[in-house]
Amino acid sequence: MTVEHTERGPLDRKELAALVARDIPPGSFVNLGIGQPTMVGDYLDPAAGVVLHTENGMLGMGPAAVGDEIDTDLTNAGKIPVTELPGASYFHHADSFAMMRGGHLDVCVLGAFQVSQRGDLANWHTGAPDAIPAVGGAMDLAIGAKQTFVMMTLFAKDGTAKLVPECTYPLTGVHCVTRVFTDYGVFQIGPDGVVVSETYGISFADLATRVDVPLSTGETLPG
Amino acid sequence: MSRVSVVTDPDEAVAGIADGSTVLVGGFGMAGMPVDLIDALIRQGASDLTVVSNNAGNGDTGLAALLAAGRVRKMICSFPRQSDSWVFDGLYRAGEVDLEVVPQGNLAERMRAAGAGIGAFFSPTGVGTPLAEGKETRTIDGRDYVLELPIRGDVALVHAHVADAMGNLVYRKTARNFGPVMAAAAALTIAEVSQVVPVGDLDPENVVTPSIYVNRVLDLAGAAATKGSNPEPARTEAS
Repeated sequence: MTVEHTERGPLDRKELAALVARDIPPGSFVNLGIGQPTMVGDYLDPAAGVVLHTENGMLGMGPAAVGDEIDTDLTNAGKIPVTELPGASYFHHADSFAMMRGGHLDVCVLGAFQVSQRGDLANWHTGAPDAIPAVGGAMDLAIGAKQTFVMMTLFAKDGTAKLVPECTYPLTGVHCVTRVFTDYGVFQIGPDGVVVSETYGISFADLATRVDVPLSTGETLPG
Repeated sequence: MSRVSVVTDPDEAVAGIADGSTVLVGGFGMAGMPVDLIDALIRQGASDLTVVSNNAGNGDTGLAALLAAGRVRKMICSFPRQSDSWVFDGLYRAGEVDLEVVPQGNLAERMRAAGAGIGAFFSPTGVGTPLAEGKETRTIDGRDYVLELPIRGDVALVHAHVADAMGNLVYRKTARNFGPVMAAAAALTIAEVSQVVPVGDLDPENVVTPSIYVNRVLDLAGAAATKGSNPEPARTEAS
């Protein structure tokens, strides 16, 4: 059933990153997308043995490089200089995406413009006529990992929820998102619909009025 | 005599590239970008090019400089829009360059297929998205796939770390990225390398791109010695 945290406000960006990190199983192979998902790496317990994949050809990616560590031949997918950890490996792009598309990664974490109640993801293109489309590895990541997590603010700047009945932005992937981490709560997307596992700064009842998707506390679900 | 030519003159390395060629350009941002070969290609003058690369240029050097010189008719890439892609952005908005956006994994696999003699492949990436529109789809064991065709290059320009005199290549860290796939996917593969070593000096267990895929090697250290300048090409920090 839903755990409500109404005694506090919504999560800030760091708290959200820490919450995603909490839900990554020890020993997982994980890809953290460009932008906010990259912050999740700061909250992984080194003792948990999570191995980070970066699609430009590396397993065992370490933290961002500083000072003398900076090497222009060693970057993450956001083209930020990073470091390598003991046990790291390098491989070419086709191998990197084969390991992703082939279902070998346990979790990927992506940002989103919208997620639908069936787990469709829109995160690459606003569809604006003057926008230059750029997809990068988002479509491969969305459908490749065993679990696709999304982290985003629940509400857009205009106040509308980004968890929607149907995505109105161009899709990145279909039926691919399994869990959505937002500042106001965590949503599990499965065959029985959307279950709210936690709320932050809002009650389940209030959340249900602000999101145009049927939400469940999980209590009435079979199994 | 080796079938691979090792040269120290960048202009010699890119000689003969024809107008209208499809050119595969290695690199992910500036990591692995064959800057010296691209600069030579600008001097060489080939135009009306189709360029296949992950990005569409960063800053004002490398691929961005080739675009700025007006030599590129079409870009095939996964991620053209970046904070420092102002050259491409301007040309695209002015209608002076065509764009085909391909998901990054499909881009790599389409070139891998070309190099491996695969006629086409079904990929789960992009199913149900605008980038699959108009493409053949098939459901296999309950999962949907999109048919993707190979991308073959007339020329590949790649940057590697070390070559031996036969053309075997070793890369460095994440600068490897598209290099091995592109080297196999083009009719003429030209590799610029930081160092050339004698045959036998590379451990065969560690060769990443076997020499069979390489036609010409530009020895950057040798080129620098000839010119008396720094062997490392100027790098622009990617953002």
